[in-house]
Amino acid sequence: MNHAGPKPRPRRFEATKMPATLLEKLWNLHQIADLGGRDCLIHIDRIFLHERTGSIALRSLEQEGRKPRAPHRVFCTMDHIVDTRPGRSDISLAPHGREFIEATRQSARRAGIHLFDIDDPRQGISHVVAAENGIVLPGMSAVCPDSHTCTLGALGALAWGIGSTEAEHALATSCLRASRPRAMRINFVGETAPGVTAKDMILHLIASFGSRAGRGHAVEFAGPAVSALSMDGRFTLCNMAVEMGAFTGMIAPDERTIDYVRNTALAPRGPLAERAEAHWRQLRSDAGAIFDLELEIDCARIAPAVTWGTNPEQLASISDTVPAPDTFEDPQKSLAASQALDYMGLKPGTPVNSIKIDAAFLGSCTNNRIGDLRAAANYLRNRKIAPWVRALCVPGSGAVKRQAEAEGLHEIFRNAGFEWREAGCSLCFHAGGESFGGKRVISSTNRNFQGRQGPGARTHLASPLTVAASACRGYISAAEAS
Amino acid sequence: MRHSQTQVFHRGIAAPLLRPNIDTDAIIPSREIARVSKEGLGEAMFAGWRYLSAQDSARGREPDPEFILNREAYQGTSILLAGDNFGCGSSREHAVWALKDFGIRAILAPSFGGIFFNNCALNGIVAIELEEAMIQRLAEWVQLDPRANLLEIDLAAQQIRWRKGEKTGFAIEPARRGLLLEGLDSIAATLRQEDAIAAFEAADRQRRPWVWM
Repeated sequence: MNHAGPKPRPRRFEATKMPATLLEKLWNLHQIADLGGRDCLIHIDRIFLHERTGSIALRSLEQEGRKPRAPHRVFCTMDHIVDTRPGRSDISLAPHGREFIEATRQSARRAGIHLFDIDDPRQGISHVVAAENGIVLPGMSAVCPDSHTCTLGALGALAWGIGSTEAEHALATSCLRASRPRAMRINFVGETAPGVTAKDMILHLIASFGSRAGRGHAVEFAGPAVSALSMDGRFTLCNMAVEMGAFTGMIAPDERTIDYVRNTALAPRGPLAERAEAHWRQLRSDAGAIFDLELEIDCARIAPAVTWGTNPEQLASISDTVPAPDTFEDPQKSLAASQALDYMGLKPGTPVNSIKIDAAFLGSCTNNRIGDLRAAANYLRNRKIAPWVRALCVPGSGAVKRQAEAEGLHEIFRNAGFEWREAGCSLCFHAGGESFGGKRVISSTNRNFQGRQGPGARTHLASPLTVAASACRGYISAAEAS
Repeated sequence: MRHSQTQVFHRGIAAPLLRPNIDTDAIIPSREIARVSKEGLGEAMFAGWRYLSAQDSARGREPDPEFILNREAYQGTSILLAGDNFGCGSSREHAVWALKDFGIRAILAPSFGGIFFNNCALNGIVAIELEEAMIQRLAEWVQLDPRANLLEIDLAAQQIRWRKGEKTGFAIEPARRGLLLEGLDSIAATLRQEDAIAAFEAADRQRRPWVWM
């Protein structure tokens, strides 16, 4: 943000002997110059774009007569507006959706960047495909004009969401001017109960500390319960770091991370792989490293939960009741609760598991990887959704969809009464086409904001397992209660 | 990349929108983003709250007379007094483009969503963090007579002036203030560091060759 000429300083990453946090290691690996204050010029290893905001960044760059500095390290996918109904084409249900798709395709071709077009086997949600193809690897810096780019922090990458103007800057210069975040560590101690998933962990964390608790911080998730999570669970955890206001989330790479990365198309091979893996194993907070803030979550206190309001921090256990606004000490939170309950059509004291739903959505960059689909399908085997429920399953990528079909999961979803879709963001938000307008939805997504899934849509955020169980009973339900 | 310069001094009608966690989906719903363009989004700002119906009708959209920015006294509002975590959620810069197109020049809130905060500075909107109690005091005063009780924001002095003679200082990072006041092309500024960037890249190629496809 500083426009005085940056003064290159001696590089710090190899010199320091002080114990360092994962954030410091990742930041120092990419710092080109100190711009004064907390501002730095940071090298960006990978840029991802999508047709909604990427199209504008590419067009604006062209209008300025500029070109991407390193187009071969820039990737673009179609995920936000693209139709997810079977047999899709460029025609999207979103108003002017086709304009976004075609503009993106043309700009991507002119710019010479990689494009995962609608019919490309690698197409899918940017954060899903960036990981599963090895485009973003541990230790890399990556940005995308999409707030959920923090998902990729689960690889031990420094990945964060930006606006379109910053995307233009990253495209033109391979750098960003960024303010160095503070370091926060969340230690998940103890063990989670059966039926508690990564989604319940992150929702519990946001509810415990609030949806702005991470402001200005990169949040490292640590502790035995995080180590025990699958990579898919870790992506879910980091995905919602932005819902607590964090700059990004991150998890130190371990052997599970390295195994995951080895199976990706763009992972280094041979002697280079050995070198890379040795480097990745160093990317962890040293013993004695000092964080600006450390918080602890006792996993024994986490239960399957859903949101009852219009912000992710408005959360209740499924075995609990909808709270009364006057139980919040903070008058602003009390007011927000009362407005949220009004929008959600809920009364204080209502048992959460008595709330009847109209629809169930299993999808989004939060929860539509193969592990999420397996968890839901495992529950849905030999079950049917309630007759009044409309249910959709939207895989995160073409690769996730093919894997699910190879395992026969699509048949389980269809037999249960779910629609089986093509990959994309779909009804995570209402782009003007398909809508949950006016309906009450149990949703594996990340945002329960007013109108997010359609005008008047009432969204209850939950894990894939809770979405499956609730779809079957027709009321909000934890899996073990059915 | 270059936004028009922000005025050092701004005086205007301020509207309180004090609920916390007003997200960018509320500032501009996804369905309102219908063109590959940064222009003309003012009509879409707060569309879910501002109009009685979400859908266009033959008569156009009917404003909800209850929504604060539709009230007579708040016509011409250029400053928002907002709640905690304003602009959280989606990174969509359309939220800032819509506010700017509507005529919003400054937003005062206890805190902002991080991406939104950066997007404001890059588009010439002054986003200022102020204590919640101060926001409340300003809101109470403004509400007494919105068209007479104007707020004055002075970026150079880093002061908000309100009720006769009352002044409230605010902090703003020098780099952010410079960006607002000078409206510089930050791409051009970074490209002038090409030597440093190239040197970094050459060293990093040796250090992390697997990154360099």
